[in-house]
Amino acid sequence: MAQRRNPEISGRDNSQRIDVTVKSGAGKSPFDADVFTNERDGSVNIANVAVDRHVVDGHADQVALIWLGKDGDRRELTFGDLKDLSCRFASVLRDHGLAKGDSVFVLMGRVPELYACALGTLRAGMVFTPLFSAFGPEPIRTRMEIGGAKVLVTTAAIYKRKIAEWRDQINSLKLVLIVGEDAPEGCVALGPELAAASPDFAPVHTAPADPALIHFTSGTTGKPKGALHVHNAVAYHAFSGRHALDLQPGTIFWCTADPGWVTGTSYGIIAPLVNRVTMIVDEAEFDLDRWYATVQNEKVEVWYTAPTAIRMMMRAGAEAAAAYDLSSLRFLASVGEPLNPEAVIWSEGVFGQPFHDNWWQTETGGIMIANQPGMTVKPGSMGKPMPGIVAGIVARENATLRELPDKEIGELALRPGWPSMMRTYLHEEARYQKCFVDGWYLTGDLAMRDADGYFWFIGRADDLIKTSGHLIGPFEVESALIEHEAIAEAAVIGIPDETAGEIVKAYVTLNPGFDPSEALEREVRGHARKKLGAAVAPRAILFRKSLPKTRSGKIMRRLLKARELGLPEGDISTLETDET
Amino acid sequence: MNKAEIRAIYLQELSRIAPDIEPETVGDNDHIQEDLELDSMDVLNLVTALHERTGVDIPETDYPRIATVALAVEYLKGAMQ
Repeated sequence: MAQRRNPEISGRDNSQRIDVTVKSGAGKSPFDADVFTNERDGSVNIANVAVDRHVVDGHADQVALIWLGKDGDRRELTFGDLKDLSCRFASVLRDHGLAKGDSVFVLMGRVPELYACALGTLRAGMVFTPLFSAFGPEPIRTRMEIGGAKVLVTTAAIYKRKIAEWRDQINSLKLVLIVGEDAPEGCVALGPELAAASPDFAPVHTAPADPALIHFTSGTTGKPKGALHVHNAVAYHAFSGRHALDLQPGTIFWCTADPGWVTGTSYGIIAPLVNRVTMIVDEAEFDLDRWYATVQNEKVEVWYTAPTAIRMMMRAGAEAAAAYDLSSLRFLASVGEPLNPEAVIWSEGVFGQPFHDNWWQTETGGIMIANQPGMTVKPGSMGKPMPGIVAGIVARENATLRELPDKEIGELALRPGWPSMMRTYLHEEARYQKCFVDGWYLTGDLAMRDADGYFWFIGRADDLIKTSGHLIGPFEVESALIEHEAIAEAAVIGIPDETAGEIVKAYVTLNPGFDPSEALEREVRGHARKKLGAAVAPRAILFRKSLPKTRSGKIMRRLLKARELGLPEGDISTLETDET
Repeated sequence: MNKAEIRAIYLQELSRIAPDIEPETVGDNDHIQEDLELDSMDVLNLVTALHERTGVDIPETDYPRIATVALAVEYLKGAMQ
């Protein structure tokens, strides 16, 4: 193994200080009580707060993570194990000459190594950047380029299928670590490295505003945006985990989200560990019987999942749940897209309590608006703002905003200032600044507030598509479509779907020499799936002779969507050429 | 309907839903999600298509029983009898 030492992250200079202080009740906001900064030097490191602190406090033997493999394996990792593994991973990074601030991309399924990587990266003061492993090669490559990936941790299968071909074109990339004992050429096997690495690595001194996490989110135009979060975000993860999800020390908690999305990191890694819960990690995808059996066998108390899964449970009916003892459940929550009122009511009948819907987004880093424990649940509503969070409904008027009264639809806006708020979009400061007007952060979601202070989601203010709880940018899909030789132009919209919320549909025009046919539709869809992955590629493609465009040549996706849904077409004064 | 016919229907519908998959390369024990990278919406669409083609109603709890060609042929054959 290479032994290049980087003095900045040697881990030797701060090995004496792994204790932190939790002050109570000092600040003006409720979450200011969660102060995790070191009193002596003002540093805060998420790995320290999530893991080492509990070990110091005598909880090394508490189970932190129960891993359920897809083939039936079951493995328990204690807080002591997580400390050991994350120290080893941080040592591997250091030994390969990586430095504080370098970005470590992770692209793999939910295996124990993923959690060691996340915590080890944070421990080493580097930036953890998880990607959804079902992405196709194009979304992966774009994100690695934007994020300036120095390290990629993945599996041999994913590497060979999606990365190897263009790996040399990512100039920033220094190291590819492969989970397991063997690695393809040009890569390093993680298993032997972890075994040989030092199990001692004190968390690097990171300042509260030092970069910790990058989560990518889609934009309507242009490339995906890398929302940057800092180490002090942990204060809000701690607070919101407790306040919105009722996480207490020792709680058995199952967040079903993949860490490739922000929910799976904020509430699938950080918030539960910081609150010293025992978290369930299931490697497998949704499988109804497996899920109910997991709740029963692991005695899950708090369950945080998504509407798509809840709707699949509903379709299977109450009988499918009746075969299991689900009495351990004491709090249920849902996020990703609005949970339909029927699902809230159904869950109350089947589980003895309703799913509590909540709302937040990649940019906010944590739950902002929620049907909180102890609060009356209004089915179909996202709930009320968390303590310390100020939300409003606003309308844009020229360069300023006007706050709207209750029951009027406008854009959902938040007063910035909580610790887990993004600090920039990577390399796109102007795009970041555009999110703030008049002291409000504009979310891009349309909503309304009722007389009781509950917020209700109406739709997106832009063209982003929400499918199975994930935001998809039409531009990224359109770009992949027009790479096909037959496609001249493409417009991509979301159309309603009772299970997924929305599904991706594309309208395309063809280049000369190509004619619409079922075979061509399949070929183009297959091309898009190869490039983008199943979760992002269109489910349907329609051929058109021309697409509706403005005078400046911009395709009017809004008009296609209105027509698809049979809604009024709205203002079409800028329409130059229409759809044929 | 014999097993070969069921197998052909399954592969036709699989490649219609996921045209990135070439039917001749699909192994009898390839898992549609883990090996062939279908997502949950693809699986629902496959269930619907198989129902339309074979008349077999596949409840949610039986989805794992159509997760490979080999499993699905046995399951559908049994359900059609």
